[in-house]
Amino acid sequence: MHFSRGKVLTIIGVCLFGLLACLPNFLSQSTLDKWPSFLPHSKITLGLDLQGGAHVLAGMDVDELRRDWLEKTRDAARAAMIKEQLTLAGLPAIAQGGVMVRLGKPEQLDAAYKALRALAQPISGADLIGSSALDFDVTREGTDAVLLKPTAPGMQARVTSAIGSAVEIVRNRCDPGGNKEMVIQRQGSDRILLQAPGVEDVKVIEECFKVAKMTFHLVHPTIGAEEARTGRPPTGYKILPSRDGGEELIESRSSVTGEQLVDAQPGFDQRTNEPIVSFRFNQAGAKIFGKLSSENTGRRFAVVLDDKVITAPRINEPILGGTGQITGNFTVAEANSLATNLRSGALPAKLTIIEQRVVGASLGADSITAGQRASIIGAIAVVVFMTFAYGLFGVFAVIAVALNVLLIVAVMSLIGSTLTLPGIAGIVLTIGMAVDANVLIYERMREELRNGKSTIAALDAGFDRAFSTIVDANLTTLIAGIVMFWLGSGPIRGFAVTLSLGIVTTVFTAFTVTRLLVAWWLSRQKDRKVATPISFSPARPS
Amino acid sequence: MFKGIDFFPHGTKWDVVGKRFWFVGLSWVLALIAGGLLMTRGLNYGVDFKGGALIEVQQKAGDLDVGLLRDKLNKLGLGDVQVQSVGKGSEALIRVGQQVDEKAQAAATDKVRAALGDGFTIRRTEVVGPAVSAELKRTSIIAVIVSLFGIFLYVWFRFEWQFAVAAIIALIHDVFITAGMFSALWIEFDLSVVAALLTLAGYSINDTVVVFDRIRENLRKFKKMPLIDLMNLAINETLSRTVLTSTVTFLAVLALYLFGTEVIHGFSFAMLFGILIGSYSSIFVAASMLLAFGVKRDGWTGEKVAAGIAASGKKS
Repeated sequence: MHFSRGKVLTIIGVCLFGLLACLPNFLSQSTLDKWPSFLPHSKITLGLDLQGGAHVLAGMDVDELRRDWLEKTRDAARAAMIKEQLTLAGLPAIAQGGVMVRLGKPEQLDAAYKALRALAQPISGADLIGSSALDFDVTREGTDAVLLKPTAPGMQARVTSAIGSAVEIVRNRCDPGGNKEMVIQRQGSDRILLQAPGVEDVKVIEECFKVAKMTFHLVHPTIGAEEARTGRPPTGYKILPSRDGGEELIESRSSVTGEQLVDAQPGFDQRTNEPIVSFRFNQAGAKIFGKLSSENTGRRFAVVLDDKVITAPRINEPILGGTGQITGNFTVAEANSLATNLRSGALPAKLTIIEQRVVGASLGADSITAGQRASIIGAIAVVVFMTFAYGLFGVFAVIAVALNVLLIVAVMSLIGSTLTLPGIAGIVLTIGMAVDANVLIYERMREELRNGKSTIAALDAGFDRAFSTIVDANLTTLIAGIVMFWLGSGPIRGFAVTLSLGIVTTVFTAFTVTRLLVAWWLSRQKDRKVATPISFSPARPS
Repeated sequence: MFKGIDFFPHGTKWDVVGKRFWFVGLSWVLALIAGGLLMTRGLNYGVDFKGGALIEVQQKAGDLDVGLLRDKLNKLGLGDVQVQSVGKGSEALIRVGQQVDEKAQAAATDKVRAALGDGFTIRRTEVVGPAVSAELKRTSIIAVIVSLFGIFLYVWFRFEWQFAVAAIIALIHDVFITAGMFSALWIEFDLSVVAALLTLAGYSINDTVVVFDRIRENLRKFKKMPLIDLMNLAINETLSRTVLTSTVTFLAVLALYLFGTEVIHGFSFAMLFGILIGSYSSIFVAASMLLAFGVKRDGWTGEKVAAGIAASGKKS
């Protein structure tokens, strides 16, 4: 039962610091601003299930990414063959999971192989895997063909970089100011996790997940979409649905793309007062656009967004300034989000929401109330029960348990952890389990007393014997807690955090706080039939 | 020094291990029933594992007519739409089954929202696609296995392998029967229930370790006492602690069950039941399992028993 002064001060210090670290949670922001800077400021973040908000997990369409890549590779292969003056037997085809290049002259196989092989790029960060890792395999197929096939690491690298840029793009779209406290991050290899506090309408987020790939295509001068559908569309043209429900027959090749945009702003048409999006091309884009419009004055050209024709106006005069505007029967909100999406650039591929959990602020508030009520009632039950069972020592246990909760809150505030509803459940559970450590110690003391030991020996034995049991029992629970943290997500993680912290603080308080209180009690006993003098001597009022 | 009421009588002499046939038999019966239920009836998986949508709504004015709402939503052609009244009279949970793909799922949720109209507040929406639900299922199974294995390793490290095997059997017993209870009462089984099962595993092993710890201590103390008596002694010595702790934890979790929201109902139920079954297995089953696997007594003889420990009157 010996406590040196230093130990006593340390224990009291830890508890006081815990109290201090808890305080910001109960203060208003204005009070906190006046708080001296050396004191802890951080508060516990409330999880989305408590403050309301949306948790959205979106998956990237990897197939689309692959298709896109293959199309680019096909164009590059064709260009390389032409550059090396090699003869092609038709357009390279996308087949066998890669790009198949058929040669017109089999004797050129080696030359073609060499030319195509040069297209394969080393994978970025390949030094880790070995310098030979290329993003696609180039193999000879028979005597007259070469196959370019993406390698698994090559595809992986593509997906990784696509997700990386998608995270940035989505952030720019959803939270351009960075002040909405949104969490936007990569999850796994091909997913994006977005957590938006206070957002109850997922539509807003869905809007950010649109690809927003804008291209400009000339419309066929004479043949309409319906006519093309009955016969065969002319080569180089394709049919796309338009926003107003119709269809358009447009050139497959895009004249200008959204990549050449430098700015897009929502606005209103000066004459009709209709919401519009005005845009500006960069120099190269402006040049192409100028040339296109002067050569094709009188023809219609289609503005295509994500494979849908938004509008297909007639080119009345050459557009040379590199600026333009899109009218497409937008609502104000649509014009706003389209402008934002265009400004932030197109996503590498479509993002599909595969999991969404939205909690309304009212339910969140109810959950907090319910959690508080359950904690308070649980705590009262524990206090009453322990006091009945152990009298003053029960009160000691209650003090220890209260400090426990305090320390959990303190640590969570300091590390900026998130409190979720299951997290509150973890705290309630800790209240119950923290008592266990004390019960183990006290029951052991009672037993030793019954066996005829002196008070002090019984107290000592109680702490000593119970120690290994308490550590064993709590470490096994900690294993479950760590696994939950490791594998769980969101709310489960919140539970794992409070449960694990609770275990650590339980062991701490049981062997410091309870012990200190018991020692203090012992030192105040008038009946000192105890053999060992107690060296515990904190300054106290007599 | 303890002025409190001694809730639990001391010096009990329950012959738990001697009557192990009955207790282990009861456990077998329970486990078989649970197994039968899990195999024939299965679990009432929530959206986390089944996929689909869960929408919690509150009618803005007046009490909610569940039947009316059900009829309205079932006309949308989204397959079976379940409507369940929860909480106060104005709230309901709407469950829409898994649609063909993520896109259809989003469309289905939009349809339900539109059908609800302005008369309702949407309090919570959870939509889980097929890929994610399959993943969550797999992750949960891995989590349970890894936890059990981790606990097994720890107990093995701290005790002998017999203790570890007996402890893990008691643990699987608890988790299995609790899962059976979820099947029997057809309570929704979601991610938070898995968290509760893991916690229950931690809690139950806690109890078992306390008993085993005492058995180990007694093995050192009473070299010649028959194993059955020795285990009975350990169980009886720790009985008051097990009962007290379980009661307190039970009370705390009961508050959570009674006053918590719909969201943690399944979780707190699993914990409540788990505390009961966990205490039962620690007292009545774990030691018998240990006996079945046998304990090497010589393993402990090497250690000197600390002098001055008064034996608790049952020296052999």
